[in-house]
Amino acid sequence: MTKTITEINEKIKKGDVVVVTAEEIINIVEEKGVEAAAQEIDVVTTGTFGPMCSSGMYINIGHAKPRIKLGGGTAYLNEVPAYCGFAAVDIYLGCTSLPEDDPRNRVYPGKFEYGGGHVIEEFVAGKDIKLTATAYGTDCYPRKKLETWINIKDVNEAVLFNPRNVYQNYNVAVNLSNKLIYTYMGTLKPGLGNANYCSAGQLSPLLNDPLYKTIGIGTKIFLGGGVGYVAWQGTQHNPTTKRKDNDTPCVPAGTLAVIGDLKQMKPEWLRGTSFQGYGTTLTVGVGIPIPILNEEILRHTAVKDKDIYASIVDYSETYPQVKPGVLGEVSYEQLKSGKIVVQGKEVPTASLSSYAKAVEIAENLKDWIKQGRFLLTEPVASLPGPESGLTFKLLKERPIE
Amino acid sequence: MISKRIVLKFPHRLVDQPIVCNLAKYFDLEFNILKAYIIPKEEGLLILGLSGEEENYNKGINYLKKLGVIVQSLSQGIIRNSTRCTHCGVCITVCPTGALVLDTHTRKVHFYENKCIACELCLPACPLRAMEVHF
Ligand code: SF4
Ligand code: SF4
Repeated sequence: MTKTITEINEKIKKGDVVVVTAEEIINIVEEKGVEAAAQEIDVVTTGTFGPMCSSGMYINIGHAKPRIKLGGGTAYLNEVPAYCGFAAVDIYLGCTSLPEDDPRNRVYPGKFEYGGGHVIEEFVAGKDIKLTATAYGTDCYPRKKLETWINIKDVNEAVLFNPRNVYQNYNVAVNLSNKLIYTYMGTLKPGLGNANYCSAGQLSPLLNDPLYKTIGIGTKIFLGGGVGYVAWQGTQHNPTTKRKDNDTPCVPAGTLAVIGDLKQMKPEWLRGTSFQGYGTTLTVGVGIPIPILNEEILRHTAVKDKDIYASIVDYSETYPQVKPGVLGEVSYEQLKSGKIVVQGKEVPTASLSSYAKAVEIAENLKDWIKQGRFLLTEPVASLPGPESGLTFKLLKERPIE
Repeated sequence: MISKRIVLKFPHRLVDQPIVCNLAKYFDLEFNILKAYIIPKEEGLLILGLSGEEENYNKGINYLKKLGVIVQSLSQGIIRNSTRCTHCGVCITVCPTGALVLDTHTRKVHFYENKCIACELCLPACPLRAMEVHF
């Protein structure tokens, strides 16, 4: 049995497409078997809603009178510095950017109440944002200073462009030391006091298409409550990691760079986020449809929490010092039970990404497709897979004379 | 018998006076101090577990109110902002009393206000800043 994306799109237009979420498909396959399910089901929707630090937006604010060239100057949005090394009025704001007067970790642990991620959330919500900028002035762009309110509905373009989102699996973070530590995986209590993980497991996009058979460059997705696209493989894309028999990796592996029109996104799905002692970020909602083109693709979408494993990593020493060694592997079923056993000790678990919201995203995407509002796209190029040989490198430092 | 957890706010003029001990002395109430702080030159804040016979309890509360102490129920103090909470669950291993619990079936986090002792540990630990203090 094989189908094409064109055939599935025809069904979407006619309103007789069969769509289920990556959670629902599990029981369907158990009841009917892979063959029958692959006949019946056309699309499986996935979702994830977690903090993703490589996220940001670029905007074109429109030309001022007289003109100002922000390129080579400075620009702040609600006091948070934006990058302006582009043409005159294009700026980019990353979610981890912080106001210059934020004490950061000088008062340890820093609170990080407000940063780029919060500006993005407020901007998407339609709030006015204060832009303050300086420039050096040229003959064609004479102005040197600009202070104004800007609003998403008035700027020319507002685009969410995230160089790395949707990690295919992630570490389980623990703390083996005897002091409390503050990390991007949350606050970790000493002596294996808790274990934090960050993946929707059986609902997570790249765990449902582990070999990137359908998700590629140009794939249309749910992004921040609107429509977006996969732009490229994400930074640190690492497809050659160790995998289980079901092809899912047991360490962080593939990633996606995603892009979409911010003007149609929603603040509910792009949330400014603060990690005590670490910094600010953006919690991003992403949902990806998987067209069931054949039985292999379907089998992959039916993966269960109990068959997806994550590696337990010590964040007091192993992670910061880049030492080898994991403390073991646990399944998402174990993680979601509320406790795991590490080095013989029972450790309570907590998640950074919201499974309840991931379900909501997969359901939303399912509705869009059923209502004929969302057609699938054929990828224009594939992502590098395990056969590409692509690996993730550490920095080789070379002394500067 | 009645047992409640309350927040007491003492105006500046009362901060240095022995008041809480009188609850035991004159009204036969038992108290358990959960938290106390004094903001210099301003007011004192005390979070108490208070228990005793209902009549005595009411008399004790009246005594405090007459003196000018503001009495508030603890459950009005720590609040979860339900529009900000994403039900991620980060807070569940941070809360020392099990007031924040993940329902493994619905994958939603419940906040049991009656178990909260207002330690405020969840406030900075919640990445969405959904836990708020309103004293
Ligand atoms: S950590 Fe915050 S957002 Fe997450 S479940 Fe707890 S209160 Fe809600
Ligand atoms: S204030 Fe303390 S007891 Fe109350 S919910 Fe937060 S962590 Fe739990």
